[in-house]
Amino acid sequence: MKAKVTVMPKKSVLDPQGVAVRDAMRHHGLPGVGSVRIGKFMEIEIDGANEAQLHEICRDLLSNPVIEDYDLKVEA
Amino acid sequence: MKAAVIRFPGSNCDQDCYHVLKETYALDVEYVWHKEASVEQFDLIVLPGGFSYGDYLRCGAIARYSPVMRSVATEAERGKLVLGICNGFQILCEARLLPGALIRNNSLHFVCEHIHARLENMETPYTHTEVTKADGKLLTARTGLLLKLPIAHGEGNYRADDETLRDLNRNNQIILRYSDERGAISGEANPNGSAENIAGITNRAGNIFGLMPHPERACDPLLGSEDGKLIFQSVVETAMKKTKTAAPTTKRVT
Repeated sequence: MKAKVTVMPKKSVLDPQGVAVRDAMRHHGLPGVGSVRIGKFMEIEIDGANEAQLHEICRDLLSNPVIEDYDLKVEA
Repeated sequence: MKAAVIRFPGSNCDQDCYHVLKETYALDVEYVWHKEASVEQFDLIVLPGGFSYGDYLRCGAIARYSPVMRSVATEAERGKLVLGICNGFQILCEARLLPGALIRNNSLHFVCEHIHARLENMETPYTHTEVTKADGKLLTARTGLLLKLPIAHGEGNYRADDETLRDLNRNNQIILRYSDERGAISGEANPNGSAENIAGITNRAGNIFGLMPHPERACDPLLGSEDGKLIFQSVVETAMKKTKTAAPTTKRVT
């Protein structure tokens, strides 16, 4: 099966990369950009794991719950 | 009294730490490869700076799963002294041995310079002693003492939620804050945007210390500062007291 994991900085945590990219977009003629937040997207091909195990690895390794939130989607 | 310097793939301050422990403090010190299963025989465990696993995923996130880290956690819980410098600090946070996390510097720049860090707590195993510098001047631990130390990092921006920051303050776990040369804690003196200018913290028990500045690069007048000795000499004295060996004799640098 395939797991798709999106990891984003928490809303409450400043995202310095996102701020820099937002400013660059404004300089490129898009003054209306409100905010940009930059995260990670991972595609994982895996057999023999259940969804609970995938959530566990998302919490323990793929994201750091102190600063990030994750979203897990599993496809057959 | 034995000290370990853990080597991860990508560690690059391991030799500096080894040099200080071996040459400045004449300790019995060993490199320990990250695949080793145990650090039980050591009294002081140093996690050096560098770019373990190329900083992939997040700084320290993969090193945290190295085999040796299980034993580091066990020994830390038993009260052993664990010092994490720069990438070592990041690894300790990822391993949840210290609270919070280190994210990208506010400026997005890699910062490499000498900074001043204000000592906020002089009653820890890492910050309590008095050091005689090569020129004979004394450096004595006291709250508010300024240490001139080098930093070199891209991800030193310390973050924790409000409750954690409150606890850190309440329990005097914030050991070093970035300050200007007069000791003022300000945004301008903050090289990376870290919360409350935090440069280094301990765990609640005080035996685990993580910091972004590099004290091992500031133990010799040739390097522009000897202020890092305050940290190394403190922790060496603490470890020796625990193991009841004679106090360290600092070799004079000539």
